[in-house]
Amino acid sequence: MYSDKVMDHFNNPRNVGVIADADGVGEVGNPVCGDIMKITIKVADDTVSDIKFQTLGCGAAIATSSVITEMARGMSIEDAVGITKARIAEELDGLPPAKMHCSILAADGLKAAVDDYLVKNGREPISGGPEHSDDDEHEVTCATPIIL
Amino acid sequence: MSDTRIYLDNAATTKTDPRVVAAMEPFFTETYGNPNSLHTEGRAAHSALENARERVRASLNAERPDEVLFTSGGTESDNAALIGLMTAGGRTSGHLIVSAFEHHAILEPAEWLAKHGFDVSLVKPDTDGVVSVAALEKLLRDDTVLVSIMHGNNELGTVQPIAELAAAAHGRGALFHSDAAQTLGKLDIDVQALGVDAMSFSGHKFYGPKGVGVLYLKKGLRFAPYLMGGGQEFRKRSGTQNVPGAQGFATALELMDADRVSETIRLTALRDRLEAAAVARLENVYVNGANVSRMPHITSLIVKGVEGEAMLLHLDAKGIAVSTGSACSSGSLTASHVLLAIDCPQEIAHGSLRLSMGRFTTEAEIDYFVDSLVPIVERLRSMSPVYDKMFGAQSA
Repeated sequence: MYSDKVMDHFNNPRNVGVIADADGVGEVGNPVCGDIMKITIKVADDTVSDIKFQTLGCGAAIATSSVITEMARGMSIEDAVGITKARIAEELDGLPPAKMHCSILAADGLKAAVDDYLVKNGREPISGGPEHSDDDEHEVTCATPIIL
Repeated sequence: MSDTRIYLDNAATTKTDPRVVAAMEPFFTETYGNPNSLHTEGRAAHSALENARERVRASLNAERPDEVLFTSGGTESDNAALIGLMTAGGRTSGHLIVSAFEHHAILEPAEWLAKHGFDVSLVKPDTDGVVSVAALEKLLRDDTVLVSIMHGNNELGTVQPIAELAAAAHGRGALFHSDAAQTLGKLDIDVQALGVDAMSFSGHKFYGPKGVGVLYLKKGLRFAPYLMGGGQEFRKRSGTQNVPGAQGFATALELMDADRVSETIRLTALRDRLEAAAVARLENVYVNGANVSRMPHITSLIVKGVEGEAMLLHLDAKGIAVSTGSACSSGSLTASHVLLAIDCPQEIAHGSLRLSMGRFTTEAEIDYFVDSLVPIVERLRSMSPVYDKMFGAQSA
């Protein structure tokens, strides 16, 4: 069901944790749907210089969070908010259709962290908000950012 | 992946007992005739089929052998019971009651009937996972044709008061069916004492082969055949009978009957050991249905603040096979309908684990499971952004 790459990121997740003095924090997901993700970033010269994640969720949720931290590290914040669910899934050698929403959650978490950094610095957010899913039902129930 | 496997998913399916395989073998290559043929090969197969039927009849204490219909499995037995009894005699309307935590092999045909002119009500179990007679009585109507409530719930292990529920249904003139796929062999089933009109069974849940089931259907009931063709199984279930499967089913059932008392004691002790250790060694863990009558081999654990599929995958890597009622395991968006039916909140239902022990499960395996589960849960909780906020301050 899962690719070897998904299982590798699930079993050996990269960059787990919280950056204590983060420049941006993105927290997305919903306990009702079972997936919650928090991404913290450090930004230097508008580049993601450090990134960590915490995730409550299934194998795909953990793997997509882990892989996006590797993809985004060293990226400009503009490129980082441009990471799509499809790019994440591709990086993991594919995801089962029912698990595509997990990659949306990871992309949205990173977007939220970048926007948080920009807003904290008196700048305009650039992500354009959460990526829209093909699966409307899931978009409503599970990709809605919440504050706990 | 670990080399040694620990299989704690016996409610999903079981390993076919080698004694069952041995009992089936002659009916593939030696006694291979069609039991409906008149020649010698056919008569030999017929005799093997009827021998299996009689052994199953005796175990169930059915009144007559022609009340035991061999089917392709639990799903077919359930589908046939609901559709066959509801639509019997050309009936196109009427009331059906099923419980909200039935297997999908009941819920889906119930939904189909609802779309085809029938009225369907769902009776809700209580939070312990038991359907009460009072809850059923509130839904019974004069036009209720059939009530279907499972014997043992596959996810919780809770046992329903079938005799009392059947009596309540009969009190209002309704028939009573029960899906006993999980309980046959594990509990003593006497269809006459239970008072059921129909009951479904599945061979592979008790060390028999996959692809064979039984529908007990009390003599004299109007029934619309669900499979049509050559009129086999007393014109109620067409199709050439699975003779090796029937032999395997009967043998597997006799093996269960032979040591049910000692196995019940052994499995209950394993279950209690697992539950006590899990609750003692992990915070925020509880057992569903802990205070009610349950089958001896199923434990439904709620591990708060952890997603079930993540636990399942890590346990699998440690060589342990389990199930979860988490949404993420099924590809659906909501947690298992069974957990939601007993009012388990979605956010903790995602942390469910179902462990089901069996004939080949040992105490050492249970200890290894708990030893493996504890660090997995601790690790996943430490990776969660919300564990401390949601559950950190409270105890189980």
